[in-house]
Amino acid sequence: MKRITVLIAAAGLACNLLGELSVAEIVERANQASYYAGDDGSADVTMTITDKGGSVRTREFRVLRMNTGQGTQKFYVYFKKPADLYKQVYLVWKEVKEGKDDSRWMWLPALNLKRSIAPGDKRISFVGSDFVYEDVSGRSLKEDKHELVETTDEQYVLKNTPVNPESVEFASYTVWIDKQTMLPRKAEYYDKSGKLLRTVEAVKVETIQGFPTVIESVAKDLNSGSTTVNTYSAIKYNIGLNERIFTERFLRRPPREAVR
Amino acid sequence: MIKKLNSIIPARAALCVALLSAAGLASALELPWDGELHGFVDGRGGVRTQSDPGEDERNLTELRAQLDSLTYFERFQLQIRGDFIYDELADDIEKIDLESGRGFFDLREMNVVFSPLDWSDVKVGRQILTWGTGDLLFINDLFPKDWNSFMLGRDVEYLKAPSDAIYASFFPSFVNIDLVYTPRFDADRYIDGERVSFYDMTGRYVGQDNAIDAEDRDDWFSDDEIAARLYRNIHGYETALYLYHGFWKSPVGYDVVGDAPYFPELNVFGASAKGSALSGIMNFETGYYDSREDRSGSDPFIPNSELRFLSGYQRELAKNLTAGVQYYVEWMMDYDAYADSLTPGTAARDELRHVLTLRLTQMLMNQNLILSVFTFFSPSDRDVYVRPSATYKISDNWSTSVNGNFFFGERKYTFFGRFRRNNSVNLSLRYNF
Repeated sequence: MKRITVLIAAAGLACNLLGELSVAEIVERANQASYYAGDDGSADVTMTITDKGGSVRTREFRVLRMNTGQGTQKFYVYFKKPADLYKQVYLVWKEVKEGKDDSRWMWLPALNLKRSIAPGDKRISFVGSDFVYEDVSGRSLKEDKHELVETTDEQYVLKNTPVNPESVEFASYTVWIDKQTMLPRKAEYYDKSGKLLRTVEAVKVETIQGFPTVIESVAKDLNSGSTTVNTYSAIKYNIGLNERIFTERFLRRPPREAVR
Repeated sequence: MIKKLNSIIPARAALCVALLSAAGLASALELPWDGELHGFVDGRGGVRTQSDPGEDERNLTELRAQLDSLTYFERFQLQIRGDFIYDELADDIEKIDLESGRGFFDLREMNVVFSPLDWSDVKVGRQILTWGTGDLLFINDLFPKDWNSFMLGRDVEYLKAPSDAIYASFFPSFVNIDLVYTPRFDADRYIDGERVSFYDMTGRYVGQDNAIDAEDRDDWFSDDEIAARLYRNIHGYETALYLYHGFWKSPVGYDVVGDAPYFPELNVFGASAKGSALSGIMNFETGYYDSREDRSGSDPFIPNSELRFLSGYQRELAKNLTAGVQYYVEWMMDYDAYADSLTPGTAARDELRHVLTLRLTQMLMNQNLILSVFTFFSPSDRDVYVRPSATYKISDNWSTSVNGNFFFGERKYTFFGRFRRNNSVNLSLRYNF
């Protein structure tokens, strides 16, 4: 058994050296690099939403994330701005098994109320921005058929077609993934007629504690003319979060890691 | 009336503006202490859409400024949140009563939170408390509610009235335990006829002129309340057991000797479960209301014991459109004894009161416009209560909303039908900081 593992690892390494990753490996590694860096992490996010007319709305929140095994994750999002969202918490227990929905809650401090959010469309806007829920917590790799359409010196270019096209607003999307960091740098979403609907771009990347990390990303909705810029700061990995933070106790009493 | 309004508003408005600017300044600058200061100013005006013989034509004309401060200390957090209110329709606005929330100041929260042990949190002081699984239906949540605010059309956060309590939570590995001790009874801010009129079971109209005044329950440590909850997650389902020892939260008893309504003794034992099912979320909750002063059910002046049950299901119907339905029932125990004991001229309640609710919420314009409607419908009482609302977030700071409260009923004395004179609409404008 051990020998087989070694063999597979060696084969994987060889493929990597030759630059011949399989499509499945590329999407898996890109997924790991984008959403699973470290055992856990925290970041401050400033979201600036500018609509077609130029009016600006901002959201500020801290995200705590923890990998909880077999692809599952927990997220704790503590809002600081705008004032009407102040101290609200969005809690997610992400599932990856087929047929299993994520559990999501919103904590409303003025009512002292933990409200369950019905599982549903992950393609809807996250807090009114041009990012959708799936951009924040990741889209299941099983949801799309992946196809390597181009390999350049720096990037893999993948075309992704949804297995269940009725469930999403796009007909396909193309992703450019950096070979070196395995981070997706750009995604373009197209409708059935091939018209560009939406773009998401990682415009700034830095290496933090050894993990290549997106520190600025931009989402554009070409139909509405709205743009959202996310900037990430105070990024930390492997901070030793306790899993109990992601429970009702710490909705009622936000932990130091979330507020300070 | 208008003249009176003009003469009073400037002084109070000046107070609010001063508060607002102070708050705005404090939030704009670095706070001199380790903490945060936020809040809002909310102006709201509403009118009745039908005549009411014993109430004002307008049902809301108020300006409130809420300040919310959170201060961090080494071992604990201090939270203070309170509303300064200018209410044109309130009498004696100078007299502050923190229990009933009357007067120009309503203290919503003033508490400290600390962790005496790694597996325990304690919150002491004035606080808002909530638990249970219902949506605007409460079985095991016996914390005080402000039904006046709810029916007048204030923001829904005001449905919860504050408790003065010690809230201790324990988190051993196998279960979570919450204990709440309220040393002096915190009643609901119940419908007394002062601002919201109603018809009682004899068909009598109750308004401002004959508003009810219940006997106080305010003896420290004897008029006390205990509430407990045990909860844990079982295979993805949030399950809980509840216990309450205290009093009916509204004055549903009648003291024949004192000739006044009062709050009879009550125990409640309950359970709930909530979890995902059928591409949505389902919940169940039940509670046995043990009316301690009338266990035989033969006293016409004290409510009988009841078994209450609710079940709910919510799911997304389409993008940005969610729906929630609930079924709720109150089953009166010893119904025959109740029916036999009724005094002539008093209408009888049904043994079973069924209620169905429907909530629809639609988000539009990048989630900045939220349309929602919540409907209570009782097929047994044949009455309806509809709450439509539209909220628009103008910017990060400004929002506006239009809300309605409409009651329909075949008979005058049923649970929702009795509020038939309180149909109203209101408009609000809020600045958050």
